[in-house]
Amino acid sequence: MIYPLLAQLVQMTVILTLSPLLIGLVRKVKSRLQRRRGSSLIQPYRDLRRLLGKEAVVAENASWLFRIAPYFVFASTWVAAALIPTFSANLMFSWSGDLIAITALLGSARFALALAGMDVGTSFGGLGSSREMMIASLAEPAMLMIVFSVALIAGSTELSTIAGYMLNGQVGLRVSLAMALAALLIVAVAENGRIPVDNPATHLELTMVHEAMVLEYSGRHLAMIELAASLQLMLYLSMVACIFLPIGMAGNANEPLRDAVGFFAWLAKMAAGGMALGVAETIVAKMRVFRVPNFLGAALMLGLLGVLLLFVSRGM
Amino acid sequence: MMPIAWVIPCLLLLSAAGIVTARSAFGRVLVYGGCLLICTALGIGGFTALTAANQHLQLPVGLPWIGSNLRLDALAGFFLILIGLGGGGASLFALGYARHEEHPQRVLPFYPAFLAGMILVVLADDAFTFLFAWELMSLSSWALVMAHHREEANARAGYVYLIMATFSGLTLLLAFGLLAGDLGNYGFDSIRNNPPTADVAGVVMLVALVGAGSKAGLVPLHVWLPLAHPAAPSHVSALMSGVMTKVAVYGFIRIVFDLVGPTQWWAGTVVLAVGGITAVIGVLQALMERDLKRLLAYSTVENIGIVFIGLGLSLAFRANNLGAGAALALTAALFHALNHTTFKSLLFFGAGAVLHATGQRNMETLGGLIHRMKVTPFVFLIGCIAISGLPPLNGFASEWLTFQAVLLRPEFPQWGLKLIIPVDGALLALAAALASCCFVRAYGICFLGRPRSDAAAQARETDPWSLAAMILFATLCLLTGIIPGAVIDTLAPVARDLTGARMPVQLGDAWQTIVPIAASRSSYNGLLVFAFIVISILITVVTIHRLSAHGVRRAPPWDCGFPDPTPLSQYSAASFEQPIRRVFGTVLFRSKEIVDMPAPGDNRPAGIVRTIRDPVWDGIYRPLAATIGWIAGKSDLLAYLTIRSYLSFVFAALVVLLIALTIWQ
Repeated sequence: MIYPLLAQLVQMTVILTLSPLLIGLVRKVKSRLQRRRGSSLIQPYRDLRRLLGKEAVVAENASWLFRIAPYFVFASTWVAAALIPTFSANLMFSWSGDLIAITALLGSARFALALAGMDVGTSFGGLGSSREMMIASLAEPAMLMIVFSVALIAGSTELSTIAGYMLNGQVGLRVSLAMALAALLIVAVAENGRIPVDNPATHLELTMVHEAMVLEYSGRHLAMIELAASLQLMLYLSMVACIFLPIGMAGNANEPLRDAVGFFAWLAKMAAGGMALGVAETIVAKMRVFRVPNFLGAALMLGLLGVLLLFVSRGM
Repeated sequence: MMPIAWVIPCLLLLSAAGIVTARSAFGRVLVYGGCLLICTALGIGGFTALTAANQHLQLPVGLPWIGSNLRLDALAGFFLILIGLGGGGASLFALGYARHEEHPQRVLPFYPAFLAGMILVVLADDAFTFLFAWELMSLSSWALVMAHHREEANARAGYVYLIMATFSGLTLLLAFGLLAGDLGNYGFDSIRNNPPTADVAGVVMLVALVGAGSKAGLVPLHVWLPLAHPAAPSHVSALMSGVMTKVAVYGFIRIVFDLVGPTQWWAGTVVLAVGGITAVIGVLQALMERDLKRLLAYSTVENIGIVFIGLGLSLAFRANNLGAGAALALTAALFHALNHTTFKSLLFFGAGAVLHATGQRNMETLGGLIHRMKVTPFVFLIGCIAISGLPPLNGFASEWLTFQAVLLRPEFPQWGLKLIIPVDGALLALAAALASCCFVRAYGICFLGRPRSDAAAQARETDPWSLAAMILFATLCLLTGIIPGAVIDTLAPVARDLTGARMPVQLGDAWQTIVPIAASRSSYNGLLVFAFIVISILITVVTIHRLSAHGVRRAPPWDCGFPDPTPLSQYSAASFEQPIRRVFGTVLFRSKEIVDMPAPGDNRPAGIVRTIRDPVWDGIYRPLAATIGWIAGKSDLLAYLTIRSYLSFVFAALVVLLIALTIWQ
């Protein structure tokens, strides 16, 4: 009883505290590839502290929704992240929400953020919200198709059970799983607003999506949104690692030693993922907004094809 | 004996009282207050009927040799709860809202009759009573749609509604005719005892799908719905969208699951295909709509699609003798029907409150209402989150159950089912995602931002009765979302009656978790998810306020440094939907944007025109109407012939008849 609870608490704290580091790593990799020295790895933590120290400037006609939304966004993202096994499949509350619920919780966060973008009534906020919802309207079904593929293979939608199943190594190579992986990478890029779908570093009016939505935020509200964004990136990377690369992850038993091994394996996977993202962002250019649907449509079709294959034949 | 049947004469009496007292405030309180009480009793009666033995009642009215039979079983009980809930809420709302009604004499007499019609459909136990009640429901709701008949759009809505209602009644008549067989057994009991052959069962299933589906709003029979539902006064819109569509679903379930008996596997395929298409088309049209009430009506089409996906899955499982799966899918469908009643009523009430506060249904003239109304924006937001299928509210719980039914994936021997079920899963996922886009747009344009017209700038909060009804439904959205196990257990007798199986008992699991099949497969706990969100919000707020600087400064909006003097520069409903229109609409709706740029030196303003074609109207109804018009135009010549021509026609007809008779002999 105590050990699983502890494992749960440690995992949800670790994923929260390390997520800005991941952002720092991606930025560092990108700047090194551009032959810049780049900011320090812990710069995102300094940014958060700076934002917390500043007063929050709120637009004159902002409503209560504008001030509640950052906390709600952060809270739902955190609850979703708490349901993702990081270094151990041993999550005490894993049964309270499965992969579908995790997807939908991220959907709730996006719903709140898109509304907050429209609250002040500026053209940029509406632009960001509108585009974000367009992207989500394709990315979310694609994500659900990926969930279906994985769930049909593992016989469960619960992430801990899926991780345990994948950990056993009896899955082998499957076409549907490969399709799901490809689709998940596309969805992860889109949902986190990374290049080529969106550029988190830009404030150029016509190219921004997520940044346009949160343009009016400042101070502690912005800090919450930034933290939620980095948490979401960590969440997706952990999800990819947990489903497709569970090597080293501790199983369902209460063994501290296995957990320690799993922790370092997870750290290595996150570092590798962050670096891969940095490299990928450097070699790819941002897309025009109206090419994004084609990109995401590919993910949706890949996911659907994977599910169809699984319905037709169990061995695919 | 059936004490619940007394509500029908009571409602008819209220109808009569409505005629007499329509013009006084007393009449309003009497009719709506009475309906509220009756609906409460109905809900309680329906709830007790779920577990009680079936009740029968034979009335000495109706067809001479069978009378009029009523029966109250678990299925009827559940739908009575639904009517009681939706009707009670609408009556409570109307106690305040109907004060602004200009012509109460056009609403009050028909409102109780409409309720009575719906209740009688659910209780009917023979084809005659069923069809009589069905037509009573159609006609009284038609009268309510025509309450504001001076508006041109409403007259058209009423006309289209009347045609579609007649069509639906005719097809159901055909279905019952086929079921009755050669013997002419119109009582449901004798139909149950003499089930039709497999071929007849298939035809009856298709005919019932058309008949009940046109009432429920299945694509392509949904065209009347977005016209008629918004035309009625808002509480009636809520009743039509939230309850009457469910009565149509009841009609389908009663005929196909109960009377027809076992169906072949392709029945499930057809229902799944129609349901999936309905869900996506409905939500896409809602996304392109600028009239708030019509947007809600299109979203009803979407939700009916989701319900029918569940029903189709259930039919598919039942045809393959998979009782547990059939029970799961049917429970999911009925759960979603109940949820839709709660949140759609809530949203229509909200739209009514907005309409009363501003006089506007066009979203492009609203905006900023969150500053001017206190409670409505909050409860409307809850309705929007619920209908978008987001946790921890109820829309997510029922969609989650439907997804679980899709994921069961037994070894179907039929290829049709192997292919259609995953595609329907994808369509359902797409519809859910588009719904949240649709309701971000609806809420953001109507309630957030800056007011786009003077009417919106001077809006006031609505009356306490209306607020009470909205708060009631918002609470229900939350409660059924965090304790879905209670609803699933309530539905168990219904599933047992219709599929022979039931879902595992849910209440009593730790922390109210729901487990559709087995704990190792999937589980969801709305209560815990809700608690986690609340706790982490509290932790965050406390921590952040301890750590951070305290000041909040109000300043002009930043907006990238662009001065933004007029509210017209905000994103409008049309601009919000533009990306979706470009992604989904160019093929499906042939949407176009024509930019009209005047030549240099020309002083006229530039403009942009967006056009959207409705594929259903263009592909089916306009050609159909044109053909009928063409035939009518051609045969009009017959009216202006001489007497000699008529006589020769009669003679020719006689000759042809005699020849035909000879050959036939």
